Amino acid sequence: MAYKVVCYINQFFAGMGGEEAAHQEPFAKREPLGPAMQINFLLGDEAEVVGTVVCGDSYYGENIEIARERCLELIKGFSPDLLIAGPAFNAGRYGVACGDICVTAGEILGIPTVTGMYYENPGVELYSNKTFIVKTADSARGMKDALQNITTLSLKLLKGQKLRPAEEEGYFHRGIRKNFFYEENGAKRAVDMLLKKLKGELFKTEYEMPTFKKITPAKPVKDIKNATIALVSSGGVVPKGNPDRIRVSSAESYGKYDISGIDDLSPEIFESIHGGYDRVWANKDPDVVLPVDVMRQLEKEGVFGKLYDYVYTTTGTGTSVANAERFGKEIGEDLKKAGVDAVILTST
Amino acid sequence: MRLELREVLIANVKWGERTEVCDGVLFVNRNEAISYVSDDPRFEYVDLDLARPGESVRIIPVKDVVEPRCKLEGRGEVFPGFIGGMETVGEGATLVLKGAAVVTCGPIVAFQEGLIDMSGPGAEYNPFSRTSNVVLVVKPKDGLEKHEYEEALRIAGLKLAYYLADKCRDAKPDRTKVYEKGSLDEENAKYPHLPKIVYFCMSITQGLLHDTYLYGADMKHIVPTLIHPNEKFDGAMVSGNCVSACDKNTTYHHQNDPIVEELYRRHGKELNFLGVIPTLEDTRLSGKERAAWFNAKLAKLLGADGAVISEEGYGNPDTDLCMNAKICEKSGIKTVIISDEAAGVDGKSQGLADATPEMDAFVSTGNVNEMVELPPMNKVIGYPEAIANLSGGAEESLREDGSMFVELQAIIGSTSELGFGRIGARWV
Amino acid sequence: MTREIEASADIPVVQIATIVPIMLTVGANRIVPGIAIPHPVGAPDKGDEVDKAIRREVLERALKAIQTEIKEQTIFNK
Repeated sequence: MAYKVVCYINQFFAGMGGEEAAHQEPFAKREPLGPAMQINFLLGDEAEVVGTVVCGDSYYGENIEIARERCLELIKGFSPDLLIAGPAFNAGRYGVACGDICVTAGEILGIPTVTGMYYENPGVELYSNKTFIVKTADSARGMKDALQNITTLSLKLLKGQKLRPAEEEGYFHRGIRKNFFYEENGAKRAVDMLLKKLKGELFKTEYEMPTFKKITPAKPVKDIKNATIALVSSGGVVPKGNPDRIRVSSAESYGKYDISGIDDLSPEIFESIHGGYDRVWANKDPDVVLPVDVMRQLEKEGVFGKLYDYVYTTTGTGTSVANAERFGKEIGEDLKKAGVDAVILTST
Repeated sequence: MRLELREVLIANVKWGERTEVCDGVLFVNRNEAISYVSDDPRFEYVDLDLARPGESVRIIPVKDVVEPRCKLEGRGEVFPGFIGGMETVGEGATLVLKGAAVVTCGPIVAFQEGLIDMSGPGAEYNPFSRTSNVVLVVKPKDGLEKHEYEEALRIAGLKLAYYLADKCRDAKPDRTKVYEKGSLDEENAKYPHLPKIVYFCMSITQGLLHDTYLYGADMKHIVPTLIHPNEKFDGAMVSGNCVSACDKNTTYHHQNDPIVEELYRRHGKELNFLGVIPTLEDTRLSGKERAAWFNAKLAKLLGADGAVISEEGYGNPDTDLCMNAKICEKSGIKTVIISDEAAGVDGKSQGLADATPEMDAFVSTGNVNEMVELPPMNKVIGYPEAIANLSGGAEESLREDGSMFVELQAIIGSTSELGFGRIGARWV
Repeated sequence: MTREIEASADIPVVQIATIVPIMLTVGANRIVPGIAIPHPVGAPDKGDEVDKAIRREVLERALKAIQTEIKEQTIFNK
C-alpha cells in the first residue's frame, strides 16, 4: 500500500487569490490542489497525496493558535504518514505558517514533516530545528526544483532510509551534530584547509563558531518629557504616489518624509504600498501602521517631548537581510546626528 | 636529518617457539616475552594474549597502544628516556612491525581507559581493530598506588614493543619510507616561496594519570619546545594518560602522527614544514597562558605563516585551543584546528566548552557523545566490569548478554584529534 | 533593521509587530506585540473610537518600554 501524504498550502497556491483572500479560514479537500498535484506526480507509485489543507496566510498569522488547531484537525482526518507544507519560498507569513504546522503535526501526530523555503525566510530560523526545510529559490520561479527536492527527501523519510548530512540532502540543518565518515582523514582535511586559508581561497570550516546576532540593549530614555522620538516603519506607508519609487517588496531603498505640521495621516496624503499584507485598512487610515495621529496627540499632551519631524519607511517583505541591515545602519546614523532619543518602529 | 622507516608488514600474530616474523606472521615466544617484562617487582603477575582483526574479541580496559619499533642504525634507541638513553633520536634507520601493536590492559579502575572490539560495529571506529595485537594484561601487587601502577604498565608496554621489534631485527623489510628535512636555513633556501607551517601538538599534561612524556620528561613541568618531526617516529613522545579513550593520543598515535605524515608528504611541494612544537594543556589559567604565548613566540621565531593545532581530550583543553588560535592569529599566523566535539547524546549541545571567532578553520573529528550499540563478543580480554568506569559508559551499559550501549568515547582512538580517522561530526 | 538602528544610533528602539518570534530571532531588544499584521497599531475593524484607544494603549506601552532598563530581549505585554 502506498504511503499517505497530506499537503498544506496557502490561499494563493490554492488559486483563491492574493491578499484579498489572505483571511481564508482553513478547509480541506480530498485531492491534491496547486503544487500538491505535481508532488503527487513526483511521488510516483510509492506514495499518494490523499488530501490538501488550505489556510490564508493572514488568518494563520493573526490567529496562530486557533489556525494551528483547526489545520491540525483537518490533517489528522486523513491519517497521513507524512506532511508536506508549502514550499513558501521567501514569503514570510507563509513560511511561518508552514513551519508552525509542520512542527505541530510532527509533535502531535508523530509523523515526519517537510517544507521548503528561501534561506532568508524568517520561518527558517524559527523552525529549521524542528522540521525538514528544503532549500528553495526566493520565488515560485524555483517551484520545479523545490518540489523535486521536497519529494525526494519525503520518500527517504517515509521509507526510513538513512540520511546524508543536511548540506548533501539539501535542507536547512536541524541544529544536530551527527557522525559521518569523510573520504579523507582529519589530518589531510586540516592541511588542505590551512593551505586554502593561507592562499586567501574560500575554505569551509567543519564547525562554525556560534555567532550571536543579539546586541546589548541600549540604555533607556531617562527624561521622556524632553525626549525626541522618531517613527520608523517597514509597513510600506509612503506619501501618496510613492515619490521615491520604493519597491512593494524586496525593497532596495527606504524613504525619509517630513511630517512636521501633520496631525493625522489621511488617505488623501499617505498610502501603503506594501506588497505583503492586505492594505485595505492601512489605505483607509495609514495611522494603523504608522501612528502619527496618536503620537501627535501624546506629544501635545506633554507625555513625551517631541515627535521627530521625519519618518523613515520601507517595505519589509522579501527584503534581503543585507539590505535591511544597511537601511537600519543608515537610519540609525541619521537619527544620531539629529539628536533623536528613541525610536518606535512598527512592522507588519 | 634523515630517517628510514623500514617496515615489515604483519598480517597475523601467533604463538611460536621463537619470536620472529615469517611470511607476514609475527610469531611470539610467550614465555620469553612474559619474562622480559616481568622483572618489575610491582607486578603480581603478567599475562599475554593475542587478538586479531575479525575475531569476536573485546579488549577492556585498554590503557595504551604501542607500535613495535627498534633502532637499526643511527644514534640512540626508541622511546628515549624509557628504553633508550637521552641521545636525541630521529636519524638513521628504524625497524617497524607495521600492522602489529602492543595493547596494554589492566584494571586501573576509576580511570578512563577504553575498549577495542576486533569485529562488529565498534571495529569501524577503531584503528586497533585492524592491527594484530599482542595484549599485555598485568595484575599489580596488592595495595600498589595507582600512579605507580600506571608507570609500571606504561613502561612494560614500551618494553614489550621494543622486545618484539628487537627480536625481528633481521627480518627483511617489505618497504622503506624516507623522511628527510634539513635545518631551517637549508629548507628555507630550497623553498623560499612555500608557506612555512609549524605544528602544535597539544598534549594532556594534567596530572592525576593524565600525562604525556617527552624524552621521559613529564610534560606538565616543561615550557613548550621544538622537536624535529623525525623524533616522533622514534618514540620521543609517550602517552601516560588515562583520559577518555576516544581522543587520547596513544603512543601509537604519536609514533604514526598523521599530521606529521601529511605535512611531510607535502613538504617541498605545497609547504615548508618547520617542525613540531609539543605543548601543554595545563590545569591553571596562568599555565595555559604561558604555553599559548610560548607557542606563538616559537612559531614567530621560526618564521611560520601557518600552524596546525591539534587537541588532546576535551573540556578545559578547549580553552588552550582558543588561546593558541587567538594569539597566533593576532600575531599574523593563520591557524587550523583539529578537535572533536562533545555535542551531547542527541547532538544538540554546543560542542566546545570554549569558543573564539579566531577558530574559523575547524576540522571536526566527531561527536564523542553519540551512542553506539556493541553486540556481545565471544571472548573478553581484560576486565569487562570496567565498562561502568569508562567515560561514556555506565553500570547499566553492560547488559547481561554481554552487549553494550555506550557513547563513542568509550572506544579507543575513535575521535582522534590528530585526525587519524576519517570520522567527523556534520549537521543534520 | 531594528537591531542595526539601535546599534548605530545607540538609542533604544522599540519594535511593534505581530509575530513576536520573528522579532526575537532578528534580535529586537524591546518588543511590543502588535494587534494584527495589517494594522499593528490599531483595530480599525472595531470602529474609530476603539481603534484610537487601542493605538494609544499600544504606544503608551512602547513609551514605557523605551524608559525601562533591560538586560536582555524583553516582551512588553499588556
